[in-house]
Amino acid sequence: MDNTILRTEALHAYYVLDVYGKQKILKAVNEVDLAIQEDEIYGIAGESGCGKTTLLKALAAAVEPPLRVMSGRVTYRIAGEDVDVATLTPEEKRKLRLEYIAYVPQGSMSVLNPVARIRDTYRDFIESHIGAHQKAEAYELAKEHLSELGLPLKILDAYPHQLSGGMRQRVTIALATLLKPRIIIGDEPTTALDVVVQRGVVQLLKDVQRKLQNTIILVTHDMGVHANIADRIGIMYAGKIVEEAPTEKIFGAPAHPYTQYLINSLPKFGDKTQRESVPGSPPSLANLPSGCPFHPRCPHAKDICKQEMPGFTQVEPKHRVACWLVGEGEHGKAA
Amino acid sequence: MEKLLEVENLTKTFTLGSVLSRVKITAVDNISFYIKPAEIFALAGESGCGKTTTARIIMGFEHATSGVIIHGGKKEAKNEKVWFTEGIQAIFQDPFGTFNPLRQVERYFFETIENYKLAKSKQEAIDRIDAKLRLVGLSHEDLAGKYPSEFSGGQLQRISIARALLTDPQLIIADEPVSMVDASLRMSIVNLFKKLRDELGVSVLYITHDLATAYYVCDRIAIMFRGKIAEMGTVEQVLMAPKHPYTQLLRASIPEADTAHRWQGEIKLTDTEEEEYLRQGCRFAGRCSHVMSICRTTPPPDFEVEGAQVACHLYAEQHID
Ligand SMILES: Nc1ncnc2c1ncn2[C@@H]1O[C@H](COP(=O)(O)OP(=O)(O)OP(=O)(O)O)[C@@H](O)[C@H]1O
Ligand code: SF4
Ligand SMILES: [Mg+2]
Repeated sequence: MDNTILRTEALHAYYVLDVYGKQKILKAVNEVDLAIQEDEIYGIAGESGCGKTTLLKALAAAVEPPLRVMSGRVTYRIAGEDVDVATLTPEEKRKLRLEYIAYVPQGSMSVLNPVARIRDTYRDFIESHIGAHQKAEAYELAKEHLSELGLPLKILDAYPHQLSGGMRQRVTIALATLLKPRIIIGDEPTTALDVVVQRGVVQLLKDVQRKLQNTIILVTHDMGVHANIADRIGIMYAGKIVEEAPTEKIFGAPAHPYTQYLINSLPKFGDKTQRESVPGSPPSLANLPSGCPFHPRCPHAKDICKQEMPGFTQVEPKHRVACWLVGEGEHGKAA
Repeated sequence: MEKLLEVENLTKTFTLGSVLSRVKITAVDNISFYIKPAEIFALAGESGCGKTTTARIIMGFEHATSGVIIHGGKKEAKNEKVWFTEGIQAIFQDPFGTFNPLRQVERYFFETIENYKLAKSKQEAIDRIDAKLRLVGLSHEDLAGKYPSEFSGGQLQRISIARALLTDPQLIIADEPVSMVDASLRMSIVNLFKKLRDELGVSVLYITHDLATAYYVCDRIAIMFRGKIAEMGTVEQVLMAPKHPYTQLLRASIPEADTAHRWQGEIKLTDTEEEEYLRQGCRFAGRCSHVMSICRTTPPPDFEVEGAQVACHLYAEQHID
């Protein structure tokens, strides 16, 4: 049975920039095939600037110039039907947003209106989605929702700046999940929070997911957070997903040389053995290396790596890798 | 035992709020620690715990309210700005903020050489610059004529370290030196500190909130909480067998990059920062699962527990409950 709720096929999303009259293209999402399942937490990891946020924008149907979807598609499964995001009208998108899919962008404290009390933000939000006639009832719902998530009701009377960073982030998540969306997309929701608070936010995300049995797509650069929460992880490098596997496999048996560096460089308590960083520097998305984009930094690079991008090889069920060392691979649909 | 730098009873208070409702916050509250030669010492804790303020006082950017800092036989009382010297150099958090984007990176090197009169000729200066850059895996050639935007964050941070090394310091103060560097490049910086310690005998005061990296690179560590040192000892003592309930909570909250150690149970988040700073007794009392009545009234003294120093009433000989 296919439980795919969100699918991308050969998705290419580029920033098309005008630099002193010259066109510059950043290939931030470069042929990405994903099949994200119902009731799963899907993590996306990769170094800064590799395109994670851009991919999320495309998944959330929040693409705005200078970002453009050049080719490929994103489809949502809504009530048994596959819906191509590109065919949605702005009004349909607005409806879907928060009721079907909730997107919490990076640095999303900004979602909360700084000059409105939290209760007013909630009210505006409920009115625009549920309609004014149910206002009182909806407000009760909001209170119920907050206490269900273990957040104190007194925050409703606070302004965002009066809340701590962690509390603001939890309020943002609470708000995003009020309408029980089927998909929640979170971009670095715990970055810049203290660890104890971060744990509280992750706990909240997990609780929400368990209650709604929905899908969470989570971007974070913190591999510790992924290890704790994700069911599956996609590793992104220079605009491409280069490896995808269940979380235990990514940590226990990474197969792509980049993933191997990423995992082996992580410090661990009780283990002082020497760790090494990925050699070299990240490539420019405006001027990608030929072939496999990792080849200039890869200690295993062969001639073919410089010439052609490998397709995906299924090393095990649910574990796919795009690397010539593993196999020739296939380009095409994700399972 | 030889001590390179010693901090005694350092205190710093800030006054917050308006004229009518002033609140005094003790950001650093009577802390003492020392750093040995060729040692990496971590001052760790969460945001607002006072670690950066402590570093800024040592560097002379901030005046202490009271307390003493001893370095190189010089004992300095409060309010004396002497510390940013040849012997102590610093590296900051934001590699892009350290360098002016319109200035060639090598200018900073020549400036330091001039300030401290480290060379007699241009060639001597270049040789010195090149030698220090080679310690961090670069060379003068890699830098010549280039601007900050031509380097990655990780490279710029290595360049900052090379510049700090120009004066042959005995101590480098590094405030969150890798928190803005990509995780995949972080170890290349952290490994440099180990190399400087092992090969050149340089000490590092490593300010961080990242305990896993602190474990990897540091010898000893002090965990700060709301202006006080909660626990201090070797990283093995403090991070592998934490004694203070706060250290225990912190340690348990770190997401380990290991699927076999997923978080168990739930945690409680309460109390605002200000309440904790103004608390009478132990500042952790509001969240501590072992809290006793004495904790609410009396600040805990330091106890020695299995070689580590722990500020918690649980370790009193016989605690009054
Ligand atoms: N609005 C924009 N206009 C032009 N270029 C952009 C824009 N947003 C992002 N980029 C560029 O696109 C590339 C991918 O950026 P993206 O934000 O997707 O990376 P990321 O993986 O989310 O990074 P981080 O981990 O730092 O958040 C980067 O080179 C970035 O500079
Ligand atoms: S395809 Fe080649 S260059 Fe790319 S990761 Fe694999 S071995 Fe390295
Ligand atoms: Mg991003």
